[in-house]
Amino acid sequence: MHVFLIRRLLAAVPVIVVVTIFVFALLHLAPGDPAAIIAGDLATAEDVAKIRAKLGLDQPLLIQFFTWIGQLVRGDLGNSIFSAHPVSELIGQRLEPTLSLTLMTLFISVLLAVPLGVIAAWRVGSWIDRAVMGFAVFGFSVPGFVIGYVLIWLFAIELDWLPVQGYTPLSKGVWPWLSNILLPSITLALAYMALIARITRAAMLETLSQDYIRTAHAKGLATEDVLRRHALRNAAIPIVTVIGIGVALLIGGVVVTESVFAIPGLGRLTVDAILRRDYPVIQGIILVFSGAYVVVNLVVDMLYTVLDPRIRY
Amino acid sequence: MTSATATAAVAVAPPARSTFGAFVRRHPTVMIGGALLLVIVLASIAAPWLGTVDPISIDPSHRLRGPSADNWFGTDRFGRDLYSRVIYGGRISLIVGLSVAALATLIGLAIGLVSGYLRAVDAVVMRVMDGMMAIPAIMLAIALIALSKASVLIVIVAVTLPEVPRVVRLVRSIVLTIREQPYIEAATAIGTSVPRIMLRHLLPNALPPLIVQATYICASAVLIEAALSFLGAGTPPEIPSWGNIMAEARPYFQLKPWMVLLPGVFLAVTVLAINLVGDGLRDMLDPRLARRM
Repeated sequence: MHVFLIRRLLAAVPVIVVVTIFVFALLHLAPGDPAAIIAGDLATAEDVAKIRAKLGLDQPLLIQFFTWIGQLVRGDLGNSIFSAHPVSELIGQRLEPTLSLTLMTLFISVLLAVPLGVIAAWRVGSWIDRAVMGFAVFGFSVPGFVIGYVLIWLFAIELDWLPVQGYTPLSKGVWPWLSNILLPSITLALAYMALIARITRAAMLETLSQDYIRTAHAKGLATEDVLRRHALRNAAIPIVTVIGIGVALLIGGVVVTESVFAIPGLGRLTVDAILRRDYPVIQGIILVFSGAYVVVNLVVDMLYTVLDPRIRY
Repeated sequence: MTSATATAAVAVAPPARSTFGAFVRRHPTVMIGGALLLVIVLASIAAPWLGTVDPISIDPSHRLRGPSADNWFGTDRFGRDLYSRVIYGGRISLIVGLSVAALATLIGLAIGLVSGYLRAVDAVVMRVMDGMMAIPAIMLAIALIALSKASVLIVIVAVTLPEVPRVVRLVRSIVLTIREQPYIEAATAIGTSVPRIMLRHLLPNALPPLIVQATYICASAVLIEAALSFLGAGTPPEIPSWGNIMAEARPYFQLKPWMVLLPGVFLAVTVLAINLVGDGLRDMLDPRLARRM
């Protein structure tokens, strides 16, 4: 197990390195002079020079890169051009809303999508199956911000059950927090659920055709037990894998959903940073999001050995 | 001779037609998707003749009007006709969707073929692709756009970039399974050049799944363009696109929800239609995958 752990961690290193180089290179690959674009249309040559110096763009490329990496290793993501606050501090302040949103989404999605996929596979070809598959295509096609506005219109404006927008920290009580986070989580969950339900159904169809399932039925096990303990257990690997891969989808959705529901999280920070062309902040957020993606998928890889003891690395 | 050919043609034709008919009956969703997509494409092309006015002409005396006989979807905060803006907005979505699908597929195909066939290149290329895939597509696009002057071309480039690794992986996995086949060995043995093997033997095998993938990329590109424009990091505001029409209507959502929802419906239906066509193509071109999904 330890050997496997270390090997997996080492395998994640090149991915992180590529991400860092990429994020660094973006600043230089972009057409035109980034300092001039960040400074805006009204800037004087002096302003542009100041920003160039601030970003270290006047240094040789290699020195820029190693200065940047050196700071990164020490956890320093640089300072915001707009507010001069450290980027890591800005990100830290916005973490709770985004974590609440993503964890709630994950909870809702897995809780609903896995059973839906199981039932669809169990009753393959039935109206339930067709409804689940139809939902999957729908959930994948309708953009988050459209669903978000439909939900706001229905539940917040017409029915007036939940607040329209905003975020209340968990420390102010569970219900105020939940009432604010519910609609955005459902919005975000739809695409994710579509993905998970589809893969669950496919994986279950595969295992349900195995001989040991017939045996389990033949020896008189209750259908529920067969589905849960024999079929789902063996279909778990692809399901867990797609939950991990889907985190990328989730992160993209967070940016848009937070914007629709005015949640002051990392997504909102991103949008504000775009409008101000605050590049260090954008760089920092990309690194945090990509890091989260890599870590989640690392955890998924480790879950493999728990879910299927036959897998040894 | 002539009559024999004619009989053969007659004998062959009916089954061909009936397979198409059978396919349509088996996959009604594809027909619905294809028909919807056709309507959207035609509407975008024929936008000037569909009762629209200039989508960017401002009329301050008619600001924020509700739907009426003159302005079917009402007007926006500058008095621009929303119906015209939505119809013209489809052009941007389709242009971005098609360009990104074509670009990402071509670039991904080239890299995937080389990477799958040449071991030396493979390790490095795949690490780069893994890294790129760890960056969420929207974030990658946002970073590129934040550093450039807003234009449709930049949006196309920014949306294409994160889609490339997906194509590379697909092409590479196909190449890896095919390169071990005896007929590739035979081709190599009789001295066929590597580029020729790629074009004549590997490419035809990669094509069907690639076409399906291109459809899904098209749908995803339409979604990402709309999301970017909605966030203010996409199509410049002077060109109407579904995303920026929705963004501009946001402050009025509580009083005039249709201003946000109507372009949203057009967007959702377009993506749905493209995805349905994609599912249909997958069922047609890759029956094995169809049964699994």
